[in-house]
Formats: sequence, C-alpha cells, structure tokens
Amino acid sequence: MKQLLSGNEAIALGAYHAGVRVGAAYPGTPSTEIMESLAQFSEIYTEWSTNEKVAMEVALGASYAGVRAMASMKHVGLNVASDPFMAAATTGVDGGLVIVECDDPGEHSSQGEQDNRHYARMAKVPMLEPTDSQEAYELMDWAFRISEEFDTPVLVRSTTRLSHCKTVVNVDRERLSELKKPQFKASPAKYVMVPSNARVRRSAMEERILKLREYVNDFPLNEIIMNDTKIGIISSGVGYQYAREVFKDASHLKLVTVYPFPDRLIREFSEKVERILVIEELDPFIEEEVQRLGIPVTGKEFIPIIGELNPEIIENRAIEAGLLPEKTTTNPHPKAPAASLPPRPPLLCAGCPHMAAEYSFRKLGLAERDDTGDQNEEKFDKNRIIVTGDIGCYTLGVYAPLFALDTTACMGASIGQALGLEKAGVKDKIIAVIGDSTFFHSGITALIDVIYNQGTTTVIIMDNGTTAMTGHQGHPGTGISATQRQVTQVDLESLVRGIGIDDVSVVGAFDLKEINSAVKNSVQSEKPSVVIVRGACPTHIRIKSTPYQVDTEKCTGCHMCLRLGCPAMRITGDTVAIDTESCTGCSVCAQICPVKCIQVVS
Amino acid sequence: MKNENILIVGVGGQGVILASDTVAEIGMNNGYDVKKSDSIGMAQRGGSVVSHVRWGERVFSPIIKLGEVDYLVGFEKLEAARWSHYLKPEGTAIVANVEIPPASLLSANMSYPAHEELIGTITTRTENIHLVPATDICRKAGNPRALNMVMIGALSVFLDLEESIWSGDIRGRLRPDFVDSSLKAFSLGAENVRKNII
Repeated sequence: MKQLLSGNEAIALGAYHAGVRVGAAYPGTPSTEIMESLAQFSEIYTEWSTNEKVAMEVALGASYAGVRAMASMKHVGLNVASDPFMAAATTGVDGGLVIVECDDPGEHSSQGEQDNRHYARMAKVPMLEPTDSQEAYELMDWAFRISEEFDTPVLVRSTTRLSHCKTVVNVDRERLSELKKPQFKASPAKYVMVPSNARVRRSAMEERILKLREYVNDFPLNEIIMNDTKIGIISSGVGYQYAREVFKDASHLKLVTVYPFPDRLIREFSEKVERILVIEELDPFIEEEVQRLGIPVTGKEFIPIIGELNPEIIENRAIEAGLLPEKTTTNPHPKAPAASLPPRPPLLCAGCPHMAAEYSFRKLGLAERDDTGDQNEEKFDKNRIIVTGDIGCYTLGVYAPLFALDTTACMGASIGQALGLEKAGVKDKIIAVIGDSTFFHSGITALIDVIYNQGTTTVIIMDNGTTAMTGHQGHPGTGISATQRQVTQVDLESLVRGIGIDDVSVVGAFDLKEINSAVKNSVQSEKPSVVIVRGACPTHIRIKSTPYQVDTEKCTGCHMCLRLGCPAMRITGDTVAIDTESCTGCSVCAQICPVKCIQVVS
Repeated sequence: MKNENILIVGVGGQGVILASDTVAEIGMNNGYDVKKSDSIGMAQRGGSVVSHVRWGERVFSPIIKLGEVDYLVGFEKLEAARWSHYLKPEGTAIVANVEIPPASLLSANMSYPAHEELIGTITTRTENIHLVPATDICRKAGNPRALNMVMIGALSVFLDLEESIWSGDIRGRLRPDFVDSSLKAFSLGAENVRKNII
C-alpha cells in the first residue's frame, strides 16, 4: 500500500514493523514526531522521558531484556544522552538497540548546528542515513538486525529536511509476528563496566568495527548509479536528492552506511569515474574518508560547510567551480523581493502566558530610568537585572519589544549560569528563567547546586503545563503520558520545596501586579527563591475569555501596551486596535494601559 | 506525466499544511511520484509558512528550485509577494485577497505594503495573477476557516485532475461537520477562478 509519509512517520512505522517493543524520547524539533507516531501503536511501550539521557537509559535497559528498543532525539539531545550512549557502545546490546537522531542543518529550530556523524566515529558504532521516507522505512529493519548481529547500538541519522519532508512509501510488510520474550540474561562481564570488564569490552569494540567495515561494502541500500563517467558523485541523506537533481547526467554513489565507510565500494566507484565529488551537508565527513583512501576528491572547496544545502546552492557553486556549464536559459535567477517587505519573525502568540512575566523582568530592571521615551536596544545595555534564559517559547522574548533575555545556551543552563554570575561577583540582580518541561529535563540538578552552594538565585519557572514549542507534549508535571493516559503528576511546588527552597511563590501568569511583586521580593531576598508563573498555553488549552477592545476616545496613543509584543495588537492611526478574533482576553494589555482605555468587548 | 511544482505560502494558522497535505496526497493517488516539504518557523502561530509540493514521473529534490514554480498559491498577499521570485516567468500566481499585518511592523517601524506594491512585485515575474476574494467566499460557504479549501479549489482549476478525486480526499481528511462547508468553499474557489479565466 502506498502512503505519503514524513521521514519521521516512516521511521516510526519501520520500527513498528521491525518489532520494536520499547521507545523513549524527549521532544525536540525535528525529531518529535517519531515518538508521537510510535505512540499510536498500542503493542509498543512508548514514553516521553524526562530528558534524552533517561530515554537512552530506558532503551538500553529494554535492550538488555532482549527486546528491540529505540530512543529518538534531536542532535543536541544526543549531547545530553552521550554518557549512556557511550556506555551502550561499550556494553553492546542484547535486543536490537537503535538510536535515531535528527540533525538540524541551518538551525531551523535549534541553538546550534553540529554534525552528529562524528558521534558514530567516536563511539565506534555504525550509522545509517536514509535519503527519503521509503528508505527510512526500510532502514529501520536493517538497523535492528545489524544491532543484534554485531552486538552494537546503531545510530540512524536524519536531518530536518528528511524528517519533515513527505514522500511516497510503499508499505509492504507487517509487524514481525514472532518477537523475543523479554528475559534478562545476567552477564556481569558484559553489563557491569568496572575497569577490568570495560577493558575487555574495549577490545570487542575494535573487533566489531573492523567486521562492520567489511560488512558495509555489500550493504544492499548503498547504490551505484552509472551514467556519464566524467564526474562521479558520492552523497548521502537529502544531499543525494539534491545531487541527482542538479547533476542529472553524472554517475552517483548513494551512501546509506555513513559509518563505518565501505572502502571497497568507494574504490570500485572511483575506478569507474574520472573524478570524485562529495556532496554532503555540514562537515567533510565522507570527504575525509575518501581522502584517507588516497583518492583525489572535491567537496567542501565548493559546497558550503555551514547551513542547509538546497539545489540552488549546489548548482550555483558547481557552475562557479566549473563543474557544470553556465546556464543558457533566459530565466536568470530572480532577486528576492524580501528585503523591501516587512519580515514575519517568530513571536509569542496572543494570550501567551510568558508575555506578562517577560515584560515584568525588563520593567523591574529599568525601574529607575526614564521609561517613556522610545524603546531601543541600546537603552538596555545597562541592565539592572540580568536574565539568564533557557530553551522554550519564552526564548522568543529575546526579540523586540520584550528584549527579555541576556543568555540562552542549552537545555537547563539558565540556573547554573545565574549561580556562576553571582559567584563571579556580579552586583546586578540575577534571575534565571526556565520552562516547566525544561526544568524537569535538566533544571533540577542545577537548582540543587544553588541550594548546596548557598546561592541566592531567583528562579522563575514558567509553568504553561505543557512542552509548548515542540507541539504540546506531556512531561512529568502534566500527569499526561505519551499515550495520552492520566498518570502520576509530579508536583512542581513540592519538588522545589523538597530540594530545600523555602521561598516559593506561585503567581498567575496574567496578573502583572502579582508577578511584579513576587519577582521583586525574590530578587531582593538574600535566600534562593523560586517563582512559579502559572498559566495555560492558549494554543494547547483553547479557552478564550471575552476579548478586549480599545476605547479610541480615551486612548492617548502612548503605545505602552505595545511593549508586550502581543500579535493581536496593532497601530491604527493615532491609537491602537485589538484584533478580537485572535485576542484571548488575557487582559495583560489592559493592566498596562495608563489611561485604562482597554476594556472587555461589551 | 507532467512534472509540476506547486508552492503554497501563508501565515501560521491559515491551514497551509493541511492544504499541501491534501494536494500532495491527491498527486500520489493519481499515480505521481510526490515530494512535499514544509518550512515552518519556530512560532506556533503567526510566522511565515512555506510548503513545496513537487510531482512527476520521478522527483528527487523535495525543495523547488528558485524560478521553477508553476503555481504559487498565496494564502496572504505579503507572503505571496515574498515568494514570488520562485515563480517561473510564465508561472501562475493564485493569491487570496487577504492581508495579515505582521506583528513585526510595530518594532520595525514599517507599514503593511500597499496592494499595488505587492501585486506589482508579483507582476515582475508573471502576468498570470488570479486574485481570489477568499474571505468573501468563505463567508458564502458558511465556514470562516475554509480559506485553505477555497485556495486549493482555485488551484484545482489548473491541475489535470477530476474534481471527484479532490472531494474524496477532503472528505476523508476533515471532521464530518466541516465537510459540506469545506467542499462548498472548494467549489466556489474553483468557480471564481474559472469565471475569470473565461
């Protein structure tokens, strides 16, 4: 049966048909839909784990029980999970263990760009990379088989384009009917990594990668397509599709086994063509392997090392490098009109529960300054409050007009950074801002550090009751599982108190006065404190109060309300108008208005 | 088998993705190889949304090359203008007469471009512009959220597929209580364009 599936859906379906029994993940663009899709199958245990490290450990434990297991995550998620991942590479597996990781070339929705193929080399484990959804579907079965045959975790790499692009998949199999029964076979020499055992496993890793190096030479999904022999192109992932699109007449080698490298296959291909080009996104990973074989190769000299590729980039660079003839068409590349058109950058939504709090940080930080003039970024240079930020929708508060954050590094970093700033001797008040899901992910340990090391940090937990940015997944604080079941809800307030924070306040996300006073008290306190700002994400819980409108007679056009950056508001003439269709009635703008001209629609 | 490139653009919340899913699946059911690729920003709502649909005998790249779009379907005028350079010189632009001022206007100190400026931008690529009074049509169909149906209805006039293929797919995709008004919106969208072509 033909189905139009995204790469992520195909990965999930492929894993399901390959008999996966346990799946664990933490949501992260572009990987989120893998576990969402897998959670549709009731025969499989799936979970949103607290973070990627836990997801990896859950999958590893399941593998030790002899069943097929997988963990999925975004590229930086593998950083979080790298400790158990390296351990898995050392102990090996029992049931097949597949880790799907999704890179984000071009940083569509990430704090950084990194090429996770290096993890395969570091951990000495195989990595497979599909070129479309069909291959993603087929590859999952191979991945589990390789894992079991070679006693190794297997990495499957995807990228944003591949994960989110839909292509036709011929779904030609069903779930394996005979699955291994879960049974843990105790083997301390394999599973207990004390140094004496780990040293033995270390040798096994080297033997394993040598065997795999031989195996991948005959891997059936690597494919040579012979055309004109002047140019032979080696490519992988979505880069293969671009290579076929742009170099229509050339010969191609599609590389699905990106690590280890199929030396014999590459030599065979290079002997058939006059010169070798490598087209790959990010680092010259394949290129360096070709060089290692002593084969002359052209790659990153003409293909950018930064960002996502597309057919234009490859074509233009190839023409510049003389690899393709100049275009003779009468349709030269048109110029983008974008420069003259107003942009549409990502913003907080109307009725977002982060807006009032982020407005309040800046407002408090600027308390002693003239606040009536025009807003501009320079004015904020002398912050009186330093706000260390984290990863989530509230990160968007960095943009105009909120200018609410001073740092954002990675998941959970805000609290440790705040403590570091304090311990360095910075005199400004410091607050750490972190979302509920992110706090569970990796904020807790840092908060314990604050307590233990006698910090006075103020931590604001923005509790919108969901993992919003990735599309509203559950987390331990929601009491909703990956399969939408009601489960035990971890109580944020008791958790924080349990760690040892005495100064805990919970305030409504749409009550500016309450937020202001709680944040003010907390930053002035000499003790560590937590303010939980609680309010539902309006795109998740679609409750709408009566919208607000502006009384244009009373409005003085001071534009104070616009400093919220609410997309439901805009300037019309001398006054401001509220779009009643998108206004959720959160009332924060009305609380700001100095002349009280914003009122509920009558 | 024709190779066709369709670029559907709009603003988050307008239903661009559902529209491109529908178009892509209909292509597949009609025997085409199909690829569809969306670019969505980080925002849940309000950001630019761009969806590439390509079909033909065999499709490689999931992204359409600059200057190779056969049909640009703009759910919003500013977005249609923003992506108009992707059109082939002889390509067709189907544009909803809808304006959604970006919230960034406030901080960028810009105003929403004039209608003439936006249409003028598109005209530099093609004269084949169909302006669809999509909001009025939605109202007539009795479903204010059916903009995407109006627009794929308008697109359907140019594609070589039976109307029954469309209605079958749309039926299977929507909540039952939305089906009738959505199909009506689809037909009215198609009718509007057909009328103007003749």
